[in-house]
Amino acid sequence: MTPILAARHLRKTFGTSVRALDDVTLEVAAGECVALVGESGSGKTTLLRCFNAMQHVDEGQVAVEGDAVESLDPVALRRRIGYVPQDGGLLPHWSILRNASMVPWLCGQAASAEAGRAALAQVGLDADEFGQRYPHELSGGQRQRVAIARALAASPRIVLLDEPFGALDAITRADVQAMFGTLRRETHVAALLVTHDLHEAVRLADRIAVMRGGRIEQCATPRELMDAPASTYVTELFARSRVTAAEVP
Amino acid sequence: MSRVCWGWILVGTLLLLLSASVSAQPPIVVGSKPFGESYLLAELFAQIMEARGLSVTRRPGLGGTEIVFPALVRGDIDLYPEYTGSGLRVILKQDSSKLPFEVFDTVSRTFAAQYDLRWLPPLGFENTYAMSVRTEMAERLGLRTLSDAARVSSTLRAGFTADFIGQVDGLPALRDAYGLAPREVNALAPAVKYQALASGAVDIIDAYSTDGLLARYPLTVLEDDRRVFPPYDAAALVRGAVARDRPAVIAALSELSGRLDVRLMRRLNERIEVDGEPVARVAADTLRDLGLVSSDVTPRSTSQRDRSRSTGAAGVLAYLQAERLNLWRMTLRHLVLVGLSLGLAVLAGVALALSLNRIRFAEPVIRAVGVLQTIPGLALLAFMIPVLGIGTLPAVTALFLYSLYPIVRNTFTGIRGADSGAVAAAHALGMTPGQVLRYVRLPLASPIIVAGIRTAAVVNVGTATLAALVGAGGLGHPIVAGLALADTRMILSGAIPAALLALAVDASLGWLQRRVTPAYARGQV
Repeated sequence: MTPILAARHLRKTFGTSVRALDDVTLEVAAGECVALVGESGSGKTTLLRCFNAMQHVDEGQVAVEGDAVESLDPVALRRRIGYVPQDGGLLPHWSILRNASMVPWLCGQAASAEAGRAALAQVGLDADEFGQRYPHELSGGQRQRVAIARALAASPRIVLLDEPFGALDAITRADVQAMFGTLRRETHVAALLVTHDLHEAVRLADRIAVMRGGRIEQCATPRELMDAPASTYVTELFARSRVTAAEVP
Repeated sequence: MSRVCWGWILVGTLLLLLSASVSAQPPIVVGSKPFGESYLLAELFAQIMEARGLSVTRRPGLGGTEIVFPALVRGDIDLYPEYTGSGLRVILKQDSSKLPFEVFDTVSRTFAAQYDLRWLPPLGFENTYAMSVRTEMAERLGLRTLSDAARVSSTLRAGFTADFIGQVDGLPALRDAYGLAPREVNALAPAVKYQALASGAVDIIDAYSTDGLLARYPLTVLEDDRRVFPPYDAAALVRGAVARDRPAVIAALSELSGRLDVRLMRRLNERIEVDGEPVARVAADTLRDLGLVSSDVTPRSTSQRDRSRSTGAAGVLAYLQAERLNLWRMTLRHLVLVGLSLGLAVLAGVALALSLNRIRFAEPVIRAVGVLQTIPGLALLAFMIPVLGIGTLPAVTALFLYSLYPIVRNTFTGIRGADSGAVAAAHALGMTPGQVLRYVRLPLASPIIVAGIRTAAVVNVGTATLAALVGAGGLGHPIVAGLALADTRMILSGAIPAALLALAVDASLGWLQRRVTPAYARGQV
């Protein structure tokens, strides 16, 4: 079966020496959730941004649902891929409902507000209660829920998440993670999740790609990474993060 | 910068089309410089022509020689009163101390050849520099001539008009010829020179030999013993085309030649500057006294109001009340100048800032626009006269250029500084660059953009008072005329409405600024 996201032998150098991507190959199957973990500067976000044409590579091929990204209109491509940044990136001067309805509206859907309402309901927010408020009137956790609603309102088959829960306190983060996990199972949306947090990756992802210095050290299920780490880096990463065997499904 | 250029050309074309008018026998346009005697001579010219059945348009109180002379050369005005010495020194830049008839001969021939302008026969009086000191001091130090003054010049405090300090025939000429180098040189408005000298705030001033105030104070005029100042014979300076095609104009104006002497001029200037009589009335009386118009003809008068010189609050209020219709007209005119220039600056400024948003060398371009702000208003207007003439066009162009910088700067800053997370997310979720600009960057930047427009508008309202110097009218008109005629109430009648207008503009744009500021950002702007 064709992977829904495919990257083959990607290379990207910033400036003259900073290797962001160094021969990266990764596939994501339909409905699958893959987490990209690693330190800052390991290339996680650069790799993520290749899939919605926000980042161009020097070498290699990127394909979405079998089509080479460079052959697609980037604007049309972005409208069919959900995206959740760390800070939410809500438009501060738009109401919550208008934010949530943004992508259906961009796609020209007549019932974009209805799509926005449905998406807000999916993330646990009542449109009647929250729809006419503005982002600054919501808590951080509520804002991230709106960001997720906005990413999913046009029913994309793919969603890209760039440290979506990183700025939340521990309790809120656990709530929003749980909500996202449930939502993903219900909608079968494929997800590529960039995160610092190995616990989050273990909890949400089917597979985890450990990145280091622009390369993928190992890409496998959490259980395989724990049981058969491909390098001492992967071993140390699990040890440092204090991920226990009980957490790993 | 090319955008600005094209903007100019567009503005120019539009305004030319608007102001173009066709008429078979156009009125003769009489200009003057912004000081009392020039107003009076221009009014004498106007009234004698009207008495001979010619139609006249008055453009008094244009800027100094640097404004009014190019306006004449371009044909925006047909004539104005000028002095032969200024023609020689300031316009032809010739340095010589010749006899009066030689100077008149030189300027006549050279102006005809170089500019196609005609000097009509002189009016009969000379208005030269009369360097004056307090008589008490002259006697104490034994000062009779400028050479005497040069001996003690290191102890003198001078109060000169700005023109005199810079002009080649002014202070520089005295420095060269006499070695006159005062300890300090203060730039003073003509209206306050005499008081400053009499009160001892300064020791020497550049009076004019026809000044009405000269006889009012105990002053001694120092003799120009090396004949540095050329003769300053007053005469009408007329366009060659008018001289050829409208003989009636020349005939009417020539009736004044040789009829005005220094004593008469001193008395007339005193009536205007000291007694505060309206220029039109003084001119009418003069023509009647000279027997040039019959006494039963009532001359057209522009301002027959009573000017008892009460400058107390009640006096000013009464004056404002009496002048309210005029003031309304000038306020509207002021608003037209401000609105037109500001509107164009908003369009051009926002467009320029948006186009700069995508290029790397934006900062130098914005700084170049900022440099425009540093050009003094009068200098900018003077630069534009040869190209744009006088009236609305150069005024609106200058105000447009002054308004540009705050708008460009704020728009650019606002768009660059718009919430980067929101911009990046909107982009990543499929907004086109145009949609990002329209739905995200511009709305987020609008409070800052409006703040820039507000700054530009308030500066514009103030600067627009300079428009009077190029004959564009507005509230600067009574300010310029009041300064020239030493009439405080007239100055205030322009200055007070201009200040109120600035406050009103500031308040209304402040309201707009709050309206476009979303709730989340309140308290920051």
